[in-house]
Amino acid sequence: MKSSSNAPPLLQVRGIGKRYGERVALQDAAFDLWPGEVLAVVGESGSGKSTLLNAVAARSRPDAGSVAFLGRDGVQHDVFALGEAQRRLLARTDWGFVHQDAAEGLRMDVSAGANVGERLMALGERHYGRLRATATEWLQRVEIDPARIDEAPRVFSGGMRQRLQIARNLVTRPRLVFMDEPTSGLDVSVQARLLDLLRQLTRQMQLAAIVVTHDLAVARLLAHRMLVMQRGRVVETGLTDQVLDDPQHPYTQLLVSSVLQP
Amino acid sequence: MNAPSELAVAMAATGTADTEAAPDFNFAYLDERTKRMIRRALLKAVAIPGYQVPFGSREMPLPYGWGTGGIQVTAAVIGPEDVLKVIDQGSDDTVNAVNIRRFFERTTGVATTTRTPQATLIQTRHRIPETPLAEGQVIVYQVPVPEPMQRLEPREAETRTLHGLAEYGLMHVKLYEDIARYGRIATTYDYPVLVNGRYVMAPSPIPKFDNPKMHMNPALQLFGAGREKRIYAVPPYTRVESLGFEDHPFEVQRWDVPCALCGATDSFLDEVITDDTGTRLHVCSDSDHCQSRRADAEAAGSGSTQ
Repeated sequence: MKSSSNAPPLLQVRGIGKRYGERVALQDAAFDLWPGEVLAVVGESGSGKSTLLNAVAARSRPDAGSVAFLGRDGVQHDVFALGEAQRRLLARTDWGFVHQDAAEGLRMDVSAGANVGERLMALGERHYGRLRATATEWLQRVEIDPARIDEAPRVFSGGMRQRLQIARNLVTRPRLVFMDEPTSGLDVSVQARLLDLLRQLTRQMQLAAIVVTHDLAVARLLAHRMLVMQRGRVVETGLTDQVLDDPQHPYTQLLVSSVLQP
Repeated sequence: MNAPSELAVAMAATGTADTEAAPDFNFAYLDERTKRMIRRALLKAVAIPGYQVPFGSREMPLPYGWGTGGIQVTAAVIGPEDVLKVIDQGSDDTVNAVNIRRFFERTTGVATTTRTPQATLIQTRHRIPETPLAEGQVIVYQVPVPEPMQRLEPREAETRTLHGLAEYGLMHVKLYEDIARYGRIATTYDYPVLVNGRYVMAPSPIPKFDNPKMHMNPALQLFGAGREKRIYAVPPYTRVESLGFEDHPFEVQRWDVPCALCGATDSFLDEVITDDTGTRLHVCSDSDHCQSRRADAEAAGSGSTQ
């Protein structure tokens, strides 16, 4: 976390609001994200976590608010003012998006190697040998046996699919990754390995991340800061340890006390 | 008083109503409005090489997949002075070719030919003639699947966006898969091409052997997909590059035997099994090319003996 005082934050989110008809899904959400920082968004289901994530990742346009991303050129770009081509370019170079369901983020019928290489091919890489070498290297980094490079994710286990999805996103060395419940649906030991991997990768690559989760343990392990949401509003923000050990808002207190202690 | 009715009865009985003076059928089967609509789509297609233009494909008197798109395009561009050639897999005398040729003979009365240089309009299924096309000729392709990315990205809204933004990484994913699986690019037909440096296009299921012929071709190339309701075009002298990787470039098929009939070494060969013991014969797929080569050789042979 490098929060130098005069450089603008990597991502500046202000006043994001979203309605679905009469229902208010999200109201006045605002936060800053600094390079290399991991932010967890917690809350029960229906609290607007995923709506916030999709709005910030420019996957759906919010009704109100702005999102500014600090490009590699050192200039802040309003992501909703960018043209569609630029936004898509941003989404596949500087950003990554890890879906809860790996099938949404992967091409299930093409090989693991092509899944990892797709972003590079979209950016104009036209050398098979280099693509192959990069894919092998990334499979190793996410602890998938490189011998399985030619197998389709359809035959992979849930944990492997999730790791492959991470490799596919990180191959362009993005600076910001959005993760929507990356560990739910996996059993606990697989979850632990994935969390370990994510922690290692975010540290090595100086990766900023926004992780949406309902699992406070995930937030504690991964995140530097967290954001607690209830009914479309951000009710509490702060350092992870601070929020979890000394919750101030009644809802956060309820959330923390609901966790089973084995 | 009886005379007119007698005449009418006689005419009905013998069927000698003057159909030549007042034809019951419109020239080239389609009505004029449909032809105008298709011509508009064609103009747009020619203006934007490789771009798939939607058009209101009509019901045709034959099933989808038998060349309804190609027939509509041909019917929209054919004129009474045209000389038509129809080929199916390189041959002028297979079922599809014979039927489409007869269809246009009956609905337009134009002259037909099997000789490539004599034709002004060629409708083809799955081949480009070996004889190089010339300026002024038009070749119409029958296209079953106009969208080259369809098998990897089934959402049409998404493939249109990809075309619009020229995001063609997906095409290389397909080729990557080929190399990963077979050690080389195993796509042998409908091999994707980049037209005029902008649009990736499905060249219809021609063998990739024919892909280089599309590049800078002096003839006008039109593509019609009837079921998918798309028309696209490659104007004369347009760049058409086949996609590939730097270390696995595009290559055409090669055969280590010449044509068994005409001895050609530079044409696309079909493998024909000639008996029950598995004897094989490689012959030119382009029957007109093969025949004219044999006729030339005969003429040269008889000329030299006399």
